[in-house]
Amino acid sequence: MHTLDNVDAASLRDDIPPFRAGDTVKVHVKVVEGTRSRIQMFQGVVIRRSGGGVRETFTARKISFGVGVERTFPLHSPIIDRIELVTRGDVRRAKLYYLRSLRGKAAKIKEKREPVAR
Amino acid sequence: MTKQITAVRGLLGRKLGMTQVWDADNRVVPVTVVEAGPCVVTQVRTADVDGYDAVQIAFGAVDPRKVNKPMTGHFEKAGVTPRRHLVELRTADAGEYTLGQEVTAATFEAGQQVDVVGRTKGKGTAGVMKRHGFGGLGAGHGTQRKHRAPGSIGACATPGRVFKGLRMAGRMGAVRQTTQNLTVHAVDTERGLLLIKGAVPGPKGAVVLVKTAAKGA
Repeated sequence: MHTLDNVDAASLRDDIPPFRAGDTVKVHVKVVEGTRSRIQMFQGVVIRRSGGGVRETFTARKISFGVGVERTFPLHSPIIDRIELVTRGDVRRAKLYYLRSLRGKAAKIKEKREPVAR
Repeated sequence: MTKQITAVRGLLGRKLGMTQVWDADNRVVPVTVVEAGPCVVTQVRTADVDGYDAVQIAFGAVDPRKVNKPMTGHFEKAGVTPRRHLVELRTADAGEYTLGQEVTAATFEAGQQVDVVGRTKGKGTAGVMKRHGFGGLGAGHGTQRKHRAPGSIGACATPGRVFKGLRMAGRMGAVRQTTQNLTVHAVDTERGLLLIKGAVPGPKGAVVLVKTAAKGA
């Protein structure tokens, strides 16, 4: 229990699905153009989650027209309409910076297979 | 030139720490949370009696047994329980305050400019680079054991001494500081919290004085 938990509670969102580095997410971002706003999609692999509490951020990476694009979002930001979990990745580290130096098939992340109940 | 005394409103509080919130345009705002008040008015000074207009406010709980007799009498006169911290505010509208009146965070409203007075964190003995922002000496080029030194502190036989006030290493911090023109981002009257945009002097738990901005609009 920290002193400012009461203050932060108002900013925290509770509609964030649990996801970790390696997962592919589809982020629905609210974009305001002049007076009207619309929803934009950003789908990519989560390469890191950083920070904690109201300050937590995550970075998603995708390849757009052959160029790597990374976008960092505050996890609790109100500009995020919702986050959709597309696939779970099977990775062994928390920060996937090594993806930046990989191209094509090498940069593909294995999908996580749920342990089968016997 | 006489200083123009305007209607100043102020409040003693405790700095709880910093966090971030989002504003109406979904931008992140760094805020300092100050638990402001509740304060009580312990004395009202008027021009007729004291020669100037001011209001004395008190804040913070204290064990009544540990308050000495003169202070106990002072608080009794105002009809309040003893408090730990006292501060006097020069204000033109001192006459509108009454003894024992409670002053809360509702004194301020969101969007208002305020000054925050506090005591900065003590840094102990600090060198000139940290204390005065000197550049230090080179990292290479034959510099030996003098990388963070001030360099020359004066000339030779003329003047034959070091000038007064020359900036050198020494005690840093733990001094009273006023941070001016901070914006009140939000006021939580229920819990008595002020969310002030930006940083405020002092460590967490320190007592700070929040008052209406002296400069600006």
